[in-house]
Amino acid sequence: MTDDRIARVLLKQEIEEFLYREADLLDERRYDEWLALLAEDARYWMPMRRNVKVDDREREFTREGRDISWFDEGKETLTRRVRQIQTGIHWAEEPVSRISHLLSNIQLLEVNPSPAEPAEVSVRCRFLVYRNRVETETDFLVGKREDLLRRIDGHWRIARRKILLDQNVLLSKNLTFFF
Amino acid sequence: MATTRIQGYRPGLVDVATGQISREIFVNDEIYQDELERVFARAWLFVGHESQIPSPGDFFVSSMGEESVILCRDRVGKVHVFLNSCRHRGMKVCRYDEGNAAVLTCPYHGWSYSTDGRLVGVPYFREAYHSTLDRSAWGLVEVAQLCLYKSSVWATWDPAAPPFLEYLGDFLPYIDLTLDAWDGSDGGTEILCGIQKWRVPCNWKFPAENFSGDSYHNISHRSVDLVGIGPSGSGRRDMPELNMARKLHIAFPERGHQTTSYLLPKEAAPPPAYQHSSVVSDYFRECEEARRKKQGDWGRMIALVGEVFPNTAFLARQPRTLAAWHPRGAHETEIWRCFLVDKSAPAEVKDFLRDYYIRYSGPGGMTEQDDMENWNYAHAASRGTIARRYPYSYEQGMGTAVDNYEWEGFRVPGTVCDLTQAKSSEHNLRNLYRRWAEFMEAESWDELTIWRRQRQAEAAE
Repeated sequence: MTDDRIARVLLKQEIEEFLYREADLLDERRYDEWLALLAEDARYWMPMRRNVKVDDREREFTREGRDISWFDEGKETLTRRVRQIQTGIHWAEEPVSRISHLLSNIQLLEVNPSPAEPAEVSVRCRFLVYRNRVETETDFLVGKREDLLRRIDGHWRIARRKILLDQNVLLSKNLTFFF
Repeated sequence: MATTRIQGYRPGLVDVATGQISREIFVNDEIYQDELERVFARAWLFVGHESQIPSPGDFFVSSMGEESVILCRDRVGKVHVFLNSCRHRGMKVCRYDEGNAAVLTCPYHGWSYSTDGRLVGVPYFREAYHSTLDRSAWGLVEVAQLCLYKSSVWATWDPAAPPFLEYLGDFLPYIDLTLDAWDGSDGGTEILCGIQKWRVPCNWKFPAENFSGDSYHNISHRSVDLVGIGPSGSGRRDMPELNMARKLHIAFPERGHQTTSYLLPKEAAPPPAYQHSSVVSDYFRECEEARRKKQGDWGRMIALVGEVFPNTAFLARQPRTLAAWHPRGAHETEIWRCFLVDKSAPAEVKDFLRDYYIRYSGPGGMTEQDDMENWNYAHAASRGTIARRYPYSYEQGMGTAVDNYEWEGFRVPGTVCDLTQAKSSEHNLRNLYRRWAEFMEAESWDELTIWRRQRQAEAAE
């Protein structure tokens, strides 16, 4: 293999490991460590999805920064969400839920400037977020995610997360967890 | 103890005189079937907003009770609401959430309807029907009455229901506090694109009661109060001006509508708010001043939450929203929430509001999340055979409401309970259930429009 292809394989493995570690932090409720993985200017966006005609894809998703979405926010609000869980009286997450993030179909979409010296990587995956809480309450949330990861001081940081949930009417009563 | 036979609705389940309400009305499947007929098929229901269908041919699929309806604007601009079910064999005619169409064609056998509801296309009309099918008799089922009020769209299936404005009565100005622009301009609001829809495992009356003015559930939102998501980015959820106002439960016993509102002191200037951005803080200050000037004493009234009987709620301030609690069986509710902004507000103000709305409301909202947990498990824990034997308590503030409430020169319309000292009351909640029981028991609108009889009696004198 050429050096460039080897660099790409190694990079893909590095990114996958980063995403799996991140999922572990969420599933183990190590939220402060998770917040530290977010770039200061991180954007976290989860549009709502509408039933549209096959040729009307533009209207399928609510628009970032213009329409109402499930989430459309930055690190400050995400931090407040974490603090809310940590109060111990956020009843929607108290007692705490059991959550597992399963990631698959991980693909590097774009690497800048090069796989050998990557500064920004855009990566797509599928997610299955499983939540079980109290006794029998269970949610399966499946969809696609697109992340923009940025290398800051030698560490990968999440600069942007786009979450496309495959649901129209949200089948969960709330979204008290992170994708 | 003798065993009791489970049955449906009966008088006495709602006892507002003692402030006790049976759990049966929330968890009993027979009662639920009954209320679909007696409440949802008769009352006025919120369907949508004209800003969702600005052009001819625009449609938006909405819901009335359990059923899907199509809100659309026909070729000449008239607004209609149709049952979303083909007259031929029942197929859901429109399964898109919204769009624009010249005709709505059923995907099953191909009957097609114009946007004014007429049946205009029937495959094999000549061959299979010998051109004898009376197409004029087979148009889409249309609501019996429709009302466009300040761009909000309301409908009822009951031709005998009083007109919408009469149905609302003196509650009307309280809805204006959500539908008018912040400066009081008539109907100066629009809906932000994107309606939140989600399922909560509880009876629809749990959210209806909450938004009627549950003034007692502070503990529910303690976590978000500690963290702070106020419009300025921190502090309490509400604005500081509420501290100098009178907090009021205002109910309309004959109609079943109610609100928790605040009456500001006569000479108080609005305290500074939204300090993070001068564009936003200037906008709201100027609007508040304009409204006070335009509306005089009424401009001192600010609504917090309210409920139009039976299942439409508003939040008038921050976030400014309209929500419908659509029943999906006795044990499940589909919440539809839309968010309003001033049409003419600067983009920065709209952006600020949208950010705030999303983090406050809906399934991702840091405030509303905890409500849903409570409604979910209150419902679940009330379903049991033993649990059902014990009524809920609605005894706060019994006998303390007055019909002529006045403060600093302003007489407040409605039957009012002052919570400023009492902190909390269940006056509004009793009002909701009193009206609900009337709907469950009344055989006709004659019994439900007692204000007409009073007016007739007055006229006769």
